[in-house]
Formats: sequence, C-alpha cells, structure tokens
Amino acid sequence: MDSSGLDSSGLGVRRAVGFVAPALVLIGVFLVFPALWTLYIGITNYQLTGPAAANPRVVGLDNVVNAVRDPLFTNSVWLTALFVLGSAVIGQNVLGFGLAWLLRTVRPVLRRTVEGLVLLSWILPGTVVAYLWFAVLSRDTGTLGMLLGSPRTAWLVQYPMTSLIIFNVWRGTAFSMLLYTSALAAVPPSQLETARLAGASGWQTVRDVVFPHIRGHVLTNTLLISLWTANDFTPFLLTAGGPNHRSEVLPVLIYRQALESGQLGYASAMSMLLLVGNLVIALVYLRLLRRRA
Amino acid sequence: MSPLWMVRRIGFYVLIAVVLAFFAVPMLWLASAPFDSKPGLGLRWPDWTLANVVATFDHPYALTSLVNSLVLCVIATVVTTVFAALAAYALSRVRIPGRDLLLYLLLLLSSVVTGTAAMVPIFVMMLQLGLINSQFGTALVIAGGMLPAAIFILKDFVDAVPRSYEESARVFGASPRQVLGHVVLPVARPGVATIFVWAFVNAWGNFLLPFLLLRDVGQQPAAVLLRTLYDEGGSANLTVIPVFSLLYSIPVVVLYLFVSKRYGFRFHGGIKS
Repeated sequence: MDSSGLDSSGLGVRRAVGFVAPALVLIGVFLVFPALWTLYIGITNYQLTGPAAANPRVVGLDNVVNAVRDPLFTNSVWLTALFVLGSAVIGQNVLGFGLAWLLRTVRPVLRRTVEGLVLLSWILPGTVVAYLWFAVLSRDTGTLGMLLGSPRTAWLVQYPMTSLIIFNVWRGTAFSMLLYTSALAAVPPSQLETARLAGASGWQTVRDVVFPHIRGHVLTNTLLISLWTANDFTPFLLTAGGPNHRSEVLPVLIYRQALESGQLGYASAMSMLLLVGNLVIALVYLRLLRRRA
Repeated sequence: MSPLWMVRRIGFYVLIAVVLAFFAVPMLWLASAPFDSKPGLGLRWPDWTLANVVATFDHPYALTSLVNSLVLCVIATVVTTVFAALAAYALSRVRIPGRDLLLYLLLLLSSVVTGTAAMVPIFVMMLQLGLINSQFGTALVIAGGMLPAAIFILKDFVDAVPRSYEESARVFGASPRQVLGHVVLPVARPGVATIFVWAFVNAWGNFLLPFLLLRDVGQQPAAVLLRTLYDEGGSANLTVIPVFSLLYSIPVVVLYLFVSKRYGFRFHGGIKS
C-alpha cells in the first residue's frame, strides 16, 4: 500500500489525500473560487440592486478602463501607496528594528514591559483599537490635544492620512519587532564585540556588521508588512475614507463602491487590480525566498 | 563614566520612555473610561462608578454578541486547527503527487487572496447560497481564509518531528491512527497550540467578514456590534462602548498572557530569511 519509502506514517497515498481533502475543499470554495470569480464579476456590470442585479451584462474591460480613469480610484491608489510606504516600509520597519536593537541591552523587566505593550497593540481586536485611537485623536477631549496643550484640533478630520499612518505604526510594529529580534539573535556576538572594540558607533555597527546578516529578513519583513498594510481594512473603522475621500485607501474604496453604491462589477474590477498587485509582491517574495534556499 | 557617556545613556532612556508612552497612552483609556461616571473619548482620571457595567449588561445585544463571537470563533478555530493538522501531517509525511506545486500554491494563496480583495465575490456567493446571516457559513469563510497559512506553519512543526518515532511505533504494530494520536500529536503539540491561539485571535478580531455577511444584529459578533454602537442613534453610546470594549478584549489578553508565560512570544523557525 505504501509506494514510497519516505512514508513513515504508514498512511498511504489514498488516506493522505483524504487527510488533505477537507482543508482543500474549504480553501477551494472560500478562497480560490471567489478569487477567480472576481475576475468574472469584474468584467460585468453586475449591481447590488436594479435591473443589472438580475441580468448582469458582460462589459469586457470597460470597468478596468473606467477605474484607471476614475479620479477616485487613482486618488485611492496614491493614498494606499502613501499608507504602505509611510506606515509599513518606513514606520513599522524602522521602529520594529529600532526596538529589537535597543531592547537587547536593557534590563529584562523593562524589555518585557515594552515588548508586552507592543504585542498587545497588535493583538487587541481592531474595533477596540479604533476607539482607543478616537480617544487619542478626538477634537474636544482627545489625549493628544491635551498633551500638546492645543485642544480643538480634529486630527482625524484635518490630518486623516497622517493619523492613519501613525495609527498603523502603533498597530503593526510588533511583527517587525519579533522578526528582527529573532534575526538579531543570529548575528555572531564576536563580530559585534570586534566592532565595539574597533570603536564603531551604533550606526556604523548596524550598517556594516548587522545589516549584511539580516538583509534577507529585512526583505521578507518589508514585503509581508507591505502586503498586509495594502489589504488592511482597519482604516475604515477610523475614518471610513473621509473626510471627502481624503483617506480612502483601496480596501475602503472597494467596500464603499460595492456595498454602499452597489456597483459590484466595478468594485470587482478594482479588487482584481488589488489582487494583481498582491500577486506581484508575493511572486517577488517567493522568487527571492527560493533563490536563498 | 565620561559626560558623553552619561548624555548618551540619558538620551537612550528618554527614547525608550517616549516609545513606551507611544504604545501605552492609547491603552489607558481602556482602564479609565469603563469606570468613569462621565466616560468620553479622551483620557482623564475617572470619577469611579460601576454604573456603566450595569448599563452594558442591560444592553439588549451586548452579551448576545459576545456569545455570537464565541460561537463564530470556536467553529472557525476548531475547523482551522483540525483541518490544518490533518493536511499538514499528510503533506509532511506522504509524497502525494503534485505536493510541491500544491504547497507553492498554498503559500501564494495565503498571501494574495485576502478578505479585502475577495469581499465582493464572497458576499455575492453567500447571498446566492442564502447564507447571509448564517454564523456557521461565516465561520467557514473565516476558516477558509486562515487555512493556507495554518497548514504552512503547522507543516514546519510536523517536519521537525523525527520520523524515527513513528517508524519504531509501527514496528511495534501501532496502527496509523495510533501513530498519529499517541506519537505525532503529543510531540507536535506546541505547533497545534500555536495555530489554535493564532486562529482564535484572528477570528475573534475579524471585523470585515462578519460585517459583510451577518446583517442581522441578533447574529452579529462583538466586533460588529461595537462598531454599530458608534453610530447608533447618531452618536456614540459612551456608557456601553468602554465597558464592552474591555469585556471583548479580555479573552485576547488572557490568551496572550497564557502564551507568553507558557511558550514565550518568539518566532521559532517558520519565518526564515
């Protein structure tokens, strides 16, 4: 029953397929099929209500062409890029590495406290976190206004994108911190010691000794957090895209087009473009992963 | 102990203090507002009271939604953990035809197809299947989204279980089921626990999918109700929101404390350069 000598479990191929099948069925129905169906809905004029809801018509690539020409879409792509660049590529990356680097040398109690808070901000439910930040940023009684001694600034209205970027740094730094902490453990202590004896400054040590060892981690981390940030729906909870589309990142735009305007076909075409973007990032990542293996 | 050294040392701790404040200050609201007689969106020393707690327990949907969250979360977590464990074990041990391609596709899928990118077809599909407002259906959608990553992480753990354990068990006549139950599962338990906690925290906090698929307030989990409380009647219901946020956060915090005490929050293998 066992065709390969590698099968130490004694399952045999048939039973093994039976073990994999339930997972594959769920993945197929709820992940692969919707992804493929996005492609189809994206070329129709399907709507949530009205005549096009009953009999959607295939309109080809019109949706994609319209999207690319739609100022709301280009605005949204730009805001998403800003969000990813500011909060993930720069914010979480730099702060995550900085924390991993600085916390190596401090007392364990302090390290555990900081790490604990950073992790907590990562795992608390998104809807709760949104209220925590309303309390920081609200106009009349907000903590930030109080700390700066300048109440009556409605941060989420006047600076929506800056607020979202700072929020997302707070929300997501934990992953980068964890990843860089485990990466730094792999840097040979002897090399750090040599750098210290040679009188290298902190920055020189990071650049010349540490960075060559963790280059792969930096890449992995940057690609993963970029992907997650580009697909993050939490901005909806904080600003819902407003005021006047000024913080309408792609996930929020897709939601509003699909469920609020009922333009299912058009929203699908935008999802399709987001999927393509994700695919490009993931393929780059897998290629680099394979090259290193 | 040169002056320069002192200055750098002070600068170092000031930096740590600023970072600490950045992460801690937003969370203080969760400690003060629930017990303040006039809770607001802002931080102040509370005028202590338990009236908000009473009001929250009296809210018609608050407790229901926590139960809904639990139902949704338990179904999604159990399905994810069991299905992922079975699949990871078979994929780790048996050379099924096309296995490498399958693993590659799973890795790709787990990152590319997100709830955000697939929300329209998922919504339309559930609408046509008549599964809008079905907690079980929503739980399965959540599980489907978590499965590829779960299989991947678990396979790493199972790969690390030495094959010789199973081989010796089989020499002594153990059936495949006994091998799995008595040999592999106990050794791979940290991996299964990791996936369980990871899936639970993800499903517990998931907002988008229940928000899309559960339109009836009686079926909605805490994540969605908490949002509804924000624009209910045109303004935020601030007597209920803080206490409810706290109640809703407790399971995640408890799990976090459990994990950090038992296993430590570290990346073990898995994420490699």
